[in-house]
Amino acid sequence: MWQALYEELKDHGFVVIAVALDSREGDPLPWIEAAATSYPCLIDRDHRLADLYHMVNVPQAVWIDEHGTIVRPTESAGAYEGFRRMDRVTREMPADAARLTAEAKATYLNAIRDWVRRGPASDHALDAERARARGPQPTEDVARAHVFFRLGQHLIRHGQPEEGDRWLAEASRLHPESWAIWRQRAPVTELGLAAQPDFWARVDALGERRYYAPVDMKGMP
Amino acid sequence: MAILMTETTETVLPDARAEGERLWLSAAELEAATGWSSRPEGLCRGSICVPIPAGREREFLRGNQIDAAALWRHLGQPLAHSADGGAWVLGTAAADRGAALRSLEAPDFSLPDRTGRQHSLSEHRGKKVLLVSWASW
Repeated sequence: MWQALYEELKDHGFVVIAVALDSREGDPLPWIEAAATSYPCLIDRDHRLADLYHMVNVPQAVWIDEHGTIVRPTESAGAYEGFRRMDRVTREMPADAARLTAEAKATYLNAIRDWVRRGPASDHALDAERARARGPQPTEDVARAHVFFRLGQHLIRHGQPEEGDRWLAEASRLHPESWAIWRQRAPVTELGLAAQPDFWARVDALGERRYYAPVDMKGMP
Repeated sequence: MAILMTETTETVLPDARAEGERLWLSAAELEAATGWSSRPEGLCRGSICVPIPAGREREFLRGNQIDAAALWRHLGQPLAHSADGGAWVLGTAAADRGAALRSLEAPDFSLPDRTGRQHSLSEHRGKKVLLVSWASW
């Protein structure tokens, strides 16, 4: 998704750093190879990025300016939850859900283009006060969840998968907002995770709440 | 013997002794694994020193050993260990994470690409960075 944008904007002092929140070592490799990116594509088995930036799902992104300052804190990166309205047997999406999904993506990409070209003059680059106000506030439970997740991953990689999984379960219980932690535990089949009944049950339990938290950006569905 | 993980390190400690909720390390091992060292004024990292509360020395010190877990709890930071005491994670408190994010200075990190080469965020200073998560799942 990001390669074309990177190619378009790289000569304007812009780079993408994509980080795979993937604990199982081999899982992201075919994707990375297929994407053939020319920007850094990193692998984060312990979800350190999720801990540092309070990310709870993918794709989420942070905008960081030339000085290393956050100008947009963690938010959904052009994603819209059209998939919630797809037919779960045929996997077809209603036309308006598909349209909103495309709109979310286009709106987000255009916002990045505007920021890269106009810098702080862009409406989408938040000043310090607005960036702070939108910044996430991790709780003690979330901090403990990341510790438990790290311990669980270590144990899984070092011959203690059962105890490791118990730590991951505890991490997910402490940080229920995190899809990244939950999904990392869920079994994956050749049909992909979205075919799992557990996944849909968890999505349905959201009710009116959004799977991707709404993004405050003009034109974003 | 124990493996101790902090935010940025993973250190094998041959002389560590895990006893229940305690993790006794030599001063040298504590410093190697966490950056904290034992000084006359207390336990210190960089310019920060935490005095050991009067009358509670035995909770923190035993001969030339220091209980890293007691130090971490005293600092208000989260920690966890495996049932057999062989693996410990010393984490970062929510307050510190929140303060770092409110500073708006993007937290640095170093992570490998598929060839194992490490990349850090700070290498890209001077450019606008879209830092984006994804996953195969």
